[in-house]
Amino acid sequence: MPADLNPSEMVAARRPATRAMLYVVLGILGLFFLAPLAVMVLTSLRPIEEIRSAGIIGIPQTLTLDAWRAAWSQACIAAVCEGLQPYFRNSLVIAIPATLLSTLLGAINGYALTKFRFPGADAIMVLIILGCFLPLQAVLIPAAQTLSALGLANSIYGLILIYTVYGLPFTTLFFRNYYVGVPSEIVRAAHMDGAGFWRIFFQIMVPISWPIAMVSVVFQFTGIWNEFLFGVSFTTGASQTVTVALNNLVNTTFGVKQYNLDMAASLIAALPVLIVYLFVGRFFVRGLTAGSIKG
Amino acid sequence: MDRSKSGLMAATALSALIALPVSAQDNSVSFLHYWTSGGEAAAVAEVRKAFEAQGGVWIDQAVAGGGGDAHDQVLRSRTLAGDAPGAAIPKASDAIEWARAGYIVDLEAVAAENKWDEILPAAFLPTIKLDGRYIAVPLFVHRFDSMWANAKLLADNGLEMPETWAEFNAAADALLAAGITPLAHGGQSWQDEILFEAVAIGVGGAEFFRKAFVELDQDTLRSDTMLAVFDQFRKLRGYVDANFSGRDWNLASAMVANGEAAFQIMGDWAKGEFSAAGLALGQDILCSGAPRDQPGGYAYVVNSLSFFSKQQNNPAASPGQELLAKVLLEPEVQLAANLAKGSVPAVKGLDLSSYDACAIKAAEYLAAADADGTLVPSVQGGTVNIASVRGAVIDTATAFFNSDMSSAEGVETLADALRDATE
Amino acid sequence: MSQSSLRVEPAPHPRGGAGRFGRGRSGLGRHAPAWLAISPSLLAILIFVYGFALWTAYVSLSASRMVPDFALVGLRNYERMWGQDRWLVAAGNLVTFTALYVVVTLAVGLLIAILLDQKVRGETPLRTIFLYPAAVSLIVTGIAWKWLLNPGTGVEAFMRSAGWEGFAFDWIIRSETVIYAIVVAAVWQQAGFVSVLFLAALRGVDGEMVKAARLDGAGPIRTYWSVIIPAIRPAFISAGVLLVAFALKTFDLVVAMTAQGPGYASALPSTFVYDMAFQRNQLGMAAAGAISILVFAAIIVLPYVVWEFRKSDAR
Repeated sequence: MPADLNPSEMVAARRPATRAMLYVVLGILGLFFLAPLAVMVLTSLRPIEEIRSAGIIGIPQTLTLDAWRAAWSQACIAAVCEGLQPYFRNSLVIAIPATLLSTLLGAINGYALTKFRFPGADAIMVLIILGCFLPLQAVLIPAAQTLSALGLANSIYGLILIYTVYGLPFTTLFFRNYYVGVPSEIVRAAHMDGAGFWRIFFQIMVPISWPIAMVSVVFQFTGIWNEFLFGVSFTTGASQTVTVALNNLVNTTFGVKQYNLDMAASLIAALPVLIVYLFVGRFFVRGLTAGSIKG
Repeated sequence: MDRSKSGLMAATALSALIALPVSAQDNSVSFLHYWTSGGEAAAVAEVRKAFEAQGGVWIDQAVAGGGGDAHDQVLRSRTLAGDAPGAAIPKASDAIEWARAGYIVDLEAVAAENKWDEILPAAFLPTIKLDGRYIAVPLFVHRFDSMWANAKLLADNGLEMPETWAEFNAAADALLAAGITPLAHGGQSWQDEILFEAVAIGVGGAEFFRKAFVELDQDTLRSDTMLAVFDQFRKLRGYVDANFSGRDWNLASAMVANGEAAFQIMGDWAKGEFSAAGLALGQDILCSGAPRDQPGGYAYVVNSLSFFSKQQNNPAASPGQELLAKVLLEPEVQLAANLAKGSVPAVKGLDLSSYDACAIKAAEYLAAADADGTLVPSVQGGTVNIASVRGAVIDTATAFFNSDMSSAEGVETLADALRDATE
Repeated sequence: MSQSSLRVEPAPHPRGGAGRFGRGRSGLGRHAPAWLAISPSLLAILIFVYGFALWTAYVSLSASRMVPDFALVGLRNYERMWGQDRWLVAAGNLVTFTALYVVVTLAVGLLIAILLDQKVRGETPLRTIFLYPAAVSLIVTGIAWKWLLNPGTGVEAFMRSAGWEGFAFDWIIRSETVIYAIVVAAVWQQAGFVSVLFLAALRGVDGEMVKAARLDGAGPIRTYWSVIIPAIRPAFISAGVLLVAFALKTFDLVVAMTAQGPGYASALPSTFVYDMAFQRNQLGMAAAGAISILVFAAIIVLPYVVWEFRKSDAR
C-alpha cells in the first residue's frame, strides 16, 4: 500500500490540542492497565512482616528481592523446595508443540474452507466455531476417559492433543477471517497453472499468513501457558506445568499466605508469555501492515 | 507428523508399563493431596520422611485450590480414567461414595495388626469406616469452631474471653461503642458457613447440631432453636466491618493480630498466621472454642487418607499402600506432622508437651468431647453426609449473611434446601 | 450458498489437467484434497466437542451424582437447577456480564487501537502495557483487583486519604453491583488482545476508500464511523466470538476476586457447573448447566455467525 494512501495518515489527528488530548486519554488508559501491575510489583518487593502489619497495599518501607528469589528457586511447593524454576521446561514442551500444531491446522482449515468452497463448507465452519463455546469443566471426565482409551492418560502427548483440539475452533476462526479477505484470483490463477491444493497452500498462502499466524501463536501460547483445568488433571508431580505449580504455591486455602511470594511467583510465571509478546509483537503488527489485505 | 506419531507410540508403550499389575515389591505410592504450602507442606514432608525411611517410594501429586475442590476434581478424572492415585484425601462423605463405587482398597489386615479400633477416638469411627471396614486413615484433626482474640484489646477494654453468646454480644457491643471492630471476618461463602456452624453448635448444642445436620431431621431444622441460631447469626453481621466481602481469612487474622479487630471465629489453622506474625498463642492471642450456651460440643474434621485402586472392585492393597497406612498412625508421625500443620493428632493419648497452649487445650477438649459424646462432625469439613448437603448449608448461610433475609426465612430456606439436597 | 466471488471454480480449465482437484468428475473427487486436509481437525472436533457434548447432554438427563450413572431421570436435573436461586443468580449474571463485557471490551479495544493508530510515540511499549494482563495468571491478578476494588484497601481508600472524603467506589462488596466489578477486571484482561486484532485490521483498510471519504468532506469521526469501522467487520467477528467464548468460560477471575460472593451474588454458570460437578457431586445437574450454557451461546452467536457468513459470501 503506497504511503500516501495510508488511512491512519488520512485520519490521524494533527492539531496540537487534539494530539494532547490523545496522549491524555492514552495516559489514563495506561494507568488503568498498569494499576494492578503496580500493586503486584510493590507487594512483591515488600517483606511479608510489613504486609501483615502495615496493610496489603502500600509503598514499601523496606525493599527486598527475597520473594523473587524464593519464587524462582527456593519456595516449597508441597514436598519439593525448588521454587517454580523446575517446571518451566514441562510447560514449554507442551505449549510449543500444541501452539504450532493448532496454528498449522487452523491455517489449513481456514484455507480449505475459504478457498475451496465445497458444498457444506460453511456448515462445517459453523460446526467448528461452535466448539469455542464448549464448557470444558463439563467434559473433563469424558476427556480423561478418552485419553485413557487412547493410551495417552497422564502424558504430555495427551495434553498436547487436548490443547490442539480445543484451540482449533479459535485458530480456524482467525485464519478463516483472514483468508476470506485474500483475493481468490490469486488462488485461481495458481490453480490454472496446475498447482495443487498443497502447493498453493505452501507457496502462496503460507508466505502471506505470517501476521495472522502470529495472532494465533500469541493467543494459543497465552491460553495454553495459563491453562489449569486439564494441566492439573493430566500431569503428575515432577511433570506438572508452571501454572499448576504456581497454583499450588499461591492457591492454598488453609495455609499461611505469603502475598509477596504470590505476586513475585505470578510475574515470574508470566515471563515466557511476555517474551513471546515482545518477540512476535513487532513482527506481527508490521506483518499485518505489510499484508494489507482488504477486509 | 512422524514425530508426533512416534510420540503417540512411545506414550502408549509408557502407559502400558504404568498399567502393569502391581508387583509384590512395589512400595511406591502416588499421593494426591492439597497440602502445598507452609505448615501443610512441612507436615507432608514429615510423613514422607517416615514413609521413605521404612522403604516406601513417595510420588508426590499436589493440587491446591478451592479448599480441596481442585483435588477432588483431579481425583475424579483420574479415577474414572483408570488411573487413580495410590492415596488421596477426599472428604469423608466422598470417601464413602468412592468406597461404595468400589475404588477403595482393603486395609483390614493393617488395621487389625496395629489395633486401630483401640487407638482412635470412638466418635471418629463412623466417618472413617463403612460396613465395618476402614475406608480412610486419619492423620490430622482440626477444630472448626475455634475462636481467637487479641489479648491486649480485650484487656484494654476490660473484657474477658466470652463463654456464652450473651457474653459475646455484650463484649462486642462494648467494643463497637469503643470504635473497635468486634469480629474480623472474611466474606467468602465457606467462611460465612464456618461462622454459622459455630453459632449452631453454640446456641443449639451438640445434640441439636447432630439432629439437624447429620440426621437432617426436618422438625429440628424448623424448630425455634434454629430460629434462635439465625437470630444470633444475624447479630454477628452487625459486628463485622463494612469491607469484609471477599476478604481472605488470613487478612481477617491479620486484623486481630494488628489490633484492628478483637475476635475471629475460624478453624484452628488460623494459628499459623498468628504464629507467623510473631505472636504468642495463649498470651498475645487468646484461644478457645466459639461461645456456647450448651455444655460441650466440638466441631471437628479429620483429614484422612483414602487408598485407591486403579481397577474397580479390586480391593487388594499394594505393599506400598499398606506401609503408608501403617506409617500414618505411628505416634511419632502423628506428633511431628500435626505439630507442623497446627492440628492435633488423631491417635489418642499422645504426649503433646511440645505443642502450643492452644493445641494442648484443643486436644483436651477433643478428649472430653469424645468422652461425653458431644463431638460433632463439621459440615464445612465434609465430614457429614453427602456433598450436596454441605453445599446447601453453605448456600443458605452465605445468602442469609449477605442479605437482609429474616430469621424465619432463613429457617425455611435451610430446611427446604436440605430436603431437596437429599433427593 | 450464494454466488461467491471467492469460490474456486474448478470446472472450465484450459489445460485440462486442473491439478488434483480438477481431475474428478464427481464433486467428491474434485474436493478430495480439501476434504482430506480438514478431516483430521473435523474428526477431532466431532469427537472432542460434539461427542463430549452429547455425553454431557446424556448425563444431564441422568441420575449421575459423583460418578456417571446412566439411569435416565428425564428433565429432573433441569427442573431442580432452574428451581435453585444460585443458578438463577448465575444465569442472570451471565446475561449481564456477557453483554457488558463483550460491548465494553470491543469499545475499549477499538478505542485503544484507533488511538495507537494515530502515529503515537512509544507505540510498542504502550501495546505491551495493554497486552500484559492476558499473560499473568488470573489467580493472582484477581487478588490484586480484589484489593484495588475493596473500599477499605484500594481506590476508595486512596482517594479518601488524598482528601476526597465523599469518594465512593464499593461495587465489589455490594451484591447488586459486584458483577460490574468483575466486568472491570475482565475488560482489563482481554482489551489488549482485542485492540491488537483491531489495530491489525485498521492497518489493512483500503486507503482509497478513506481518501475518497476525506475528499467528500467527511471529518475524522465520520470517516471512522462510516468507512473504516465497516471495513474491519471480519475483525469484529473474530473478537466477538472470542469474547463471548471467554465470557462463558470466565471462572478463575470470579473465584480469585470475590469467591462468587458476597453470598453467591457473583456466581456464574461456569462456577456453578464446576461446583456441582466437583464440589457437590451433582454431575447430572452440572451437565444440565453446561448444556444450558451451550444453548445460550448458540442463541446469541449462531444468528450472527450465519448472517455474517451470508454477507461475506455475497461480497
